[in-house]
Amino acid sequence: MPPATGSPAGRREFTTVSGRPVRVLYTPADVAHLDYARDLGDPGTFPYTRGIHATGYRGKLWTMRQFAGFGTPGETNARYKELLANGGTGLSVAFDLPTLMGRDPDHPLSLGEVGKCGVSIVSLADMEALFDGIDLSSITTSMTINSPAPVLFAMYLAVAERQGADWRQLSGTIQNDILKEFIAQKEFIYPPRPSMRLVTDVFRFCRDEVPRWNTISVSGYHIREAGATAVQELAFTLRDGVEYVQYGVDAGLGVDEFVPRLSFFFNAHNDFFEEIAKYRAARRIWARVMRERFGARDERSLKLRFHSQTAGVSLTAQQPYNNVVRTALQALAAVLGGTQSLHTNSLDEALALPTREAVTLALRTQQIIAHESGVANVVDPLGGSYFVEHLTGEMEGEALDIMGVIDAMGGMVAAIERGFPQREIAESAYRYQQAVERREKIIVGVNEFVADEEEPVPILYIDEAAADRQLAGLERLRRNRDGDRVRRALDGLREAAAGTANTMPPILEAVRAYASIGEICDALREVWGEYEEVPAI
Amino acid sequence: MPRIRVIIAKPGLDGHDRGAKIIARGLRDAGMEVIYTGLRQTPEQIVAAALQEDADVIGLSILSGAHTRICPRLMELLREHGLDDVLVVLGGIIPDPDVPAMQALGIRGIFRPGASMAEIVDFIERNVRAREEQG
Repeated sequence: MPPATGSPAGRREFTTVSGRPVRVLYTPADVAHLDYARDLGDPGTFPYTRGIHATGYRGKLWTMRQFAGFGTPGETNARYKELLANGGTGLSVAFDLPTLMGRDPDHPLSLGEVGKCGVSIVSLADMEALFDGIDLSSITTSMTINSPAPVLFAMYLAVAERQGADWRQLSGTIQNDILKEFIAQKEFIYPPRPSMRLVTDVFRFCRDEVPRWNTISVSGYHIREAGATAVQELAFTLRDGVEYVQYGVDAGLGVDEFVPRLSFFFNAHNDFFEEIAKYRAARRIWARVMRERFGARDERSLKLRFHSQTAGVSLTAQQPYNNVVRTALQALAAVLGGTQSLHTNSLDEALALPTREAVTLALRTQQIIAHESGVANVVDPLGGSYFVEHLTGEMEGEALDIMGVIDAMGGMVAAIERGFPQREIAESAYRYQQAVERREKIIVGVNEFVADEEEPVPILYIDEAAADRQLAGLERLRRNRDGDRVRRALDGLREAAAGTANTMPPILEAVRAYASIGEICDALREVWGEYEEVPAI
Repeated sequence: MPRIRVIIAKPGLDGHDRGAKIIARGLRDAGMEVIYTGLRQTPEQIVAAALQEDADVIGLSILSGAHTRICPRLMELLREHGLDDVLVVLGGIIPDPDVPAMQALGIRGIFRPGASMAEIVDFIERNVRAREEQG
């Protein structure tokens, strides 16, 4: 087809950001195969394509949950109090890399990393400072922590206990999604199989002790950031979800005992309609797979609940104010796709961690969508669109095909061990980069509409002071705690890890004894070893 | 002319390897010999790899802010091992205030988000050839 007069940059092919060709027009013929009751259903009814709540956002707006953390626990505590005072409705903890990797600040690999990408949490003492003056029974907290998730979760429970909160009433989420670490984000410690055992230990512990806690946030976000297409994000994430359910069932849990506490986390990327279709397809696939493959009965097992975050990878260092607009559009797609909670990125995040002002603007972006745009008044307002319904079905079909390939490999753990999702994502990332280099994909301010001179924006600069304070704190901790109690607790943990007992109770004991995160994770390293990825280009 | 030999390394604890892998593949497609070290390499390991592979170039990918501590250590080790002539380039999130310090260490190329492959390839080719002519 020749380019239409005045078409953008004389393009001949029209594709989504994921490289999916789209036609100029969709008509009733594109949705003729759909059966409303079977494939869509009203919001709140199976297969939940149109949303999990009958009244959409009228009953409850999405949770505006801004991911935050840097420096010392005290500095981050002040940021949390500000976010809550500004109308934020939940907390979301960003940990630094040593914490994410289960290393103490004095480990050689922690050099230069302490407090940089998130808050440094070394022991229960730091967790107490992080939530000082914040009532854990009245907020929900999400913690982005994976390999050491049981340790940070245990610290949170210990703080709640001291505040006098009832664990059975606590609500929040730990990411606890180790599969996407092997696939995309690469913050793994132990090999896949013992890592999966930690996950199922948390499922069981929460079923019995913390029943309102979301035990996992099965995450496509990082898979997408690593370069996956929208369909790969959809397929790998849902197949990860299936893997967790299968491991839970194999560990002897009933489907409806733990699946209702599984939640999901998707990216909100640039391509508006493709993103909306992705969320709708995700709900439909999950509902059907849970019912048909696992025989789930409880409707909470069938309803896919998800958090979303705008695409960090789409932010540009050039002309950073453009990022405000990108983020607003991405956030709008997440809302039209029915997200349960949302993080909007700040305009300066391709440069550094965000400043207070940038974070406030990001939160205001959500508030404007919620309270001024009117889009929250009607549930699934794009339902019935020829294009959106067609795209939803097309993406569902493609995702199911990829999930089938992984089934044939023996599941996601087996696929990861063969490097399958890792390779597929790297391939997509490279293809996209080439399209940008050839200017087949336009990034405003980067490869088109470039400015010669740019005014720098203010950034948050994190120096080494936090690292020095955390190192001193660790030394003090080691002097002042009961060393015998720590040793006994760590021995107990090693014993549980080597056997089959649930690891959560001994982790809680180690945390209460003020063992450091490095000491606790090392105890498990001694039993299970460490995972090393074979580097591949 | 012999092929340019490049080590692409990811020091520190961060696992975000999208950039490192794209650069590694892009340099290879541009005709260079590329060795990717994989994740979580200490400065000591990177220098050992550069020695063993007789590298012309070390490309570091750091997104976490740890460059402030890692780069001085790496440059010191390179000098100790007589590898001053290896071209060191740095990619990732490097805030403006850190750029002069990184340059003062002898890191010539600093590539931040949005840098194009063509620009990076060109920089490496020009600088390696210039050093060969001097040497």
